[in-house]
Amino acid sequence: MTTTSSGIGSAADVLAVLRDLPGVDQVGLEARAAALSTRSIKKDAKRTAIDLAISMVDLTTLEGADTPGKVRSLAAKALRPDPTDPTCPQVAAVCVYPDLVATAREALGDAPIGVASVATAFPSGRAPLDVKITDTEYAVAAGASEIDMVIDRGAFLAGDLLKVAEEIVAVRAACERGDGTHAHLKVILETGELATYDAVRRASWLSMLAGADFIKTSTGKVSPAATLPVTLLMLEAVRDYRDATGRQVGVKPAGGIRTTKDAIKYLVTVNETAGLDWMTPTWFRFGASSLLNDLLMQRQKLETGRYSGADYVTID
Amino acid sequence: MSRLDVRKTYKLYIGGAFPRSESGHTYEVLDTQGRFLANAAKASRKDARDAVGAARKAFGGWSSRTPYNRGQILYRVAEMIEGRHDQFTADVVAAEGLTKAQATKVVDAAIDRWVWYAGWADKLAQVTGNANQVAGPFFNLSSPEPTGVVAVVAPADDSLLGLVSVVAPAIVSGNTVVVVTSYDRPLPAITLSEVLATSDLPGGVVNVLTGDATELGPWLAGHLDVNALDLTGVDGAEVAADLEAEAAVNLKRVLRPSSPDWTAEPSLTRMTAFLETKTVWHPVGV
Amino acid sequence: MADHMVPPTPLEYAPAPESRSIVDLEPSYGLFIDGAFTDGTDGGTFKTVNPATEEVLAEVTEATPADVDLAVAAARRAFRSWSRMPGRERAKYLYRIARIIAERSRELAVLESLDNGKPIKESRDVDVPLVSQWFFYYAGWADKLSYAGAGPNPRPLGVAAQVIPWNFPLLMLSWKIAPALAAGNTVVLKPAETTPLTALLFAEICQQADLPPGVVNIVTGAGATGEALVSHPDVDKVAFTGSTDVGRSIARAVAGTEKKLTLELGGKAANIVFDDAPMDQAIEGIVSGIFFNQGHVCCAGSRLLVQENVYDEVMERLKRRMTTLRVGDPLDKNTDIGAINSREQLQRITALAEVGDAEGAERWSPPCELPSSGFWYAPTVFTGVTQAHRIAREEIFGPVLSVLTFRTPDEAIAKANNTPYGLSAGVWTEKGSRILAMADRLRAGVVWANTFNKFDPASPFGGYKESGYGREGGKQGLAAYLQEGEGQ
Repeated sequence: MTTTSSGIGSAADVLAVLRDLPGVDQVGLEARAAALSTRSIKKDAKRTAIDLAISMVDLTTLEGADTPGKVRSLAAKALRPDPTDPTCPQVAAVCVYPDLVATAREALGDAPIGVASVATAFPSGRAPLDVKITDTEYAVAAGASEIDMVIDRGAFLAGDLLKVAEEIVAVRAACERGDGTHAHLKVILETGELATYDAVRRASWLSMLAGADFIKTSTGKVSPAATLPVTLLMLEAVRDYRDATGRQVGVKPAGGIRTTKDAIKYLVTVNETAGLDWMTPTWFRFGASSLLNDLLMQRQKLETGRYSGADYVTID
Repeated sequence: MSRLDVRKTYKLYIGGAFPRSESGHTYEVLDTQGRFLANAAKASRKDARDAVGAARKAFGGWSSRTPYNRGQILYRVAEMIEGRHDQFTADVVAAEGLTKAQATKVVDAAIDRWVWYAGWADKLAQVTGNANQVAGPFFNLSSPEPTGVVAVVAPADDSLLGLVSVVAPAIVSGNTVVVVTSYDRPLPAITLSEVLATSDLPGGVVNVLTGDATELGPWLAGHLDVNALDLTGVDGAEVAADLEAEAAVNLKRVLRPSSPDWTAEPSLTRMTAFLETKTVWHPVGV
Repeated sequence: MADHMVPPTPLEYAPAPESRSIVDLEPSYGLFIDGAFTDGTDGGTFKTVNPATEEVLAEVTEATPADVDLAVAAARRAFRSWSRMPGRERAKYLYRIARIIAERSRELAVLESLDNGKPIKESRDVDVPLVSQWFFYYAGWADKLSYAGAGPNPRPLGVAAQVIPWNFPLLMLSWKIAPALAAGNTVVLKPAETTPLTALLFAEICQQADLPPGVVNIVTGAGATGEALVSHPDVDKVAFTGSTDVGRSIARAVAGTEKKLTLELGGKAANIVFDDAPMDQAIEGIVSGIFFNQGHVCCAGSRLLVQENVYDEVMERLKRRMTTLRVGDPLDKNTDIGAINSREQLQRITALAEVGDAEGAERWSPPCELPSSGFWYAPTVFTGVTQAHRIAREEIFGPVLSVLTFRTPDEAIAKANNTPYGLSAGVWTEKGSRILAMADRLRAGVVWANTFNKFDPASPFGGYKESGYGREGGKQGLAAYLQEGEGQ
């Protein structure tokens, strides 16, 4: 029997686990997501949900035009999402490219806000493994507390699941800081390129078996990015994985979540699928940028009773 | 001395066999002039029960044959009737008092009727089933399925054409049948039994009871393993009403009495009366 | 895992009640006969209550046989012109009704939830949209009847007597009235005594649509009214949805008459889960199969048949899912399970579930707090059930699931079919050929494969065996209101 270089179990075992995963019925899954999205979250529940959602945001800028100035601005927003209201929670992390990690870390100072760095030739992942590892090691050395890697979708679709797994294992190793701690590894499945829900479930399990701390839907560069059904499916996967192994893995939908209404649908889905244990930024994140201001405007509406406007929240 | 002919013993047809009535009873069958023709077995309620048992036993296999196969078997029956054309003609002459020429036409019509129904076996689903386009991502198909065991009271007068016209539409779709023949004119039915026994029709698909429908009817109408009741040949509105009411015990599908022109081309009604529509849903997704 | 672990934040859903101000309840309602609301002939009334609170919603007229006579006579008078009206004109009336139902959908949904106890999310998202769709679908048939399978010159039957149950009051009304009217019949409909209000609002909608008087008549009352209606000598067609026992007595009552009869009766559907099922969706299907509409569904998947090798997994997942079900105020938009429709029904459920206990089945319900007034029953699952248990054979018509196991497809089929009923069945497996084989062998009028409790006006619905006869929905549903005419 062949074993993977990483020691995540024999290759045959991993493949057997993936093969035995139950199928996903698209219509049923989407119907369940639609049903969850009809939940009506009002009053105190809405207040709770908005603050929780703010605390779960990975405030993100991943543009070719990103500059230190842009990142410092983003960091300021992360620290004080609503400068008029000190009770407003801070976001979970800022998410940037590796070369801007140090800038972000410096701008955030000692605040309990993470710096997440995309890595591994984000967003396509089309680079040799050693380049991906270098990319990762660079970001970790620059102070990234979280690494958002992409899987090799080409390998996945070509059926080379072990290659995908071995890359994750290698990147996970590159996240080690040498002091026994490691930058937390979010594995981006890029669900929009995996085409079927069955593939998403397999990719989720493959990533978790290979050591992912988080599974993340999307880079934000491919459409569709995060959807509620795909997030529901990944929440089912982390729930079932913990039942099977005892290890908890987080979930991060990213891309396309722009409104408070959407964010609340995701929180309801977390609440009723994975359950209370995931209702924390430790285990659930939103990869987003414009979402934050909508959350803030809704928060102001709850405080004042009036609808807010774009000029009453800050741009970053 | 002229040769003495060997007479036939007329029996019931149950589960592919020809038993006498378990009761040991027979009754005299006379021709329309009142002359003795035969002693027919007089089926009892226990014979009816056995016939229902045989029909139930045969249902699974018969209903799961391919329609093509059922069609072929029914066509084979028509071939066999044709082969016994003279005998059926003689039966009809004796039973119904027709001239030979008239009886010949009746037998021709009965054969043609049987062939007409045989051809329906693999077309019923196309005519009575349908794909349903529902407002959602679902495959949805309705198809006809046989109701199950059908108890039939055959027409009293049209002892062959009428009989054929009620039995063939019930079995072509996969039902199995217990038929109570014309009391006074049972001989064509008995000859038909002999045809069915020597065709490829599995035993129990058609069970033929000669006897008194008013006596057997309530037992069949009340039998919980009978799914449908064809009252076509029942004489008397009150008897029919009682049987229909009794059939409600397990919600049998009931075809009420009628006396149609058996020579006219039938509609689908006699087939659809003993069909269920089954609708299957399945999601459409990748 | 994060550098600093943040404790979870519970999300307790605040009450989110749908406003009932959209409904304008009268203190009392008359009968709808010949296009107008009229008092009953003897002034008898009964009360209809909100089963969630036991609050009296309105007084409703108890129709006497004399009232039924008037209604049938009105329908008979209206039949002459309605049946001769060009189909395209009848169609337009039905389209109007479909549109008005859509326009007044929220009002209808709130009223339905008030009178029936079903969650607003179901009356709003399932019942009322289907009602509008049902009229829209059959409207289109009205001028195409020669394609309906009853020959080139089909004729309507005449006056249809229609008696409907309390579980889907308005939806059952639409299943009855839409095809009847499209085919050119006129109707007298009796809604259930515990849920008459949406039918009376529907009468008002008929008025708004300018439907000719007498085409639709609504008589309210209990069993005696229904009996007077179905046994009325001037009725040509009887259509009933309800219990098998009542269906049986109706079948007896019409025996020997010329009346045509269709019956949609009880069920004890098997929902069969194989080890290769799409498991998360199967769990949803089990849940919606039995807890949709508090289990007040004739086609409910009340017998769960689980392949023995995945029994533990299925039960663990099912129980976890059941703990997320929200039982309570039907008007709360987050309620999954509303009130039991009546005290009588609650007693029936309670009694049968106690039989389950007595027979040794193991009962489980998630922790849930039930309101102190009104009629409630916690979602319940019985394990260790066999075909010999009464709770596996009798229709409970409540949120009570019986779980059985099987080892092979043959055993699943044998158990599924081992019932006098034959309305519906469910199959969960990812293997296509197995689905088709199972669907073939299940003796049930509706087979949901990898889904459950789906309804559509284009899709025929109805049972085998003691689940009744005739179909509602689709072309088949229309045939129940047509006969072959002359000149075939």
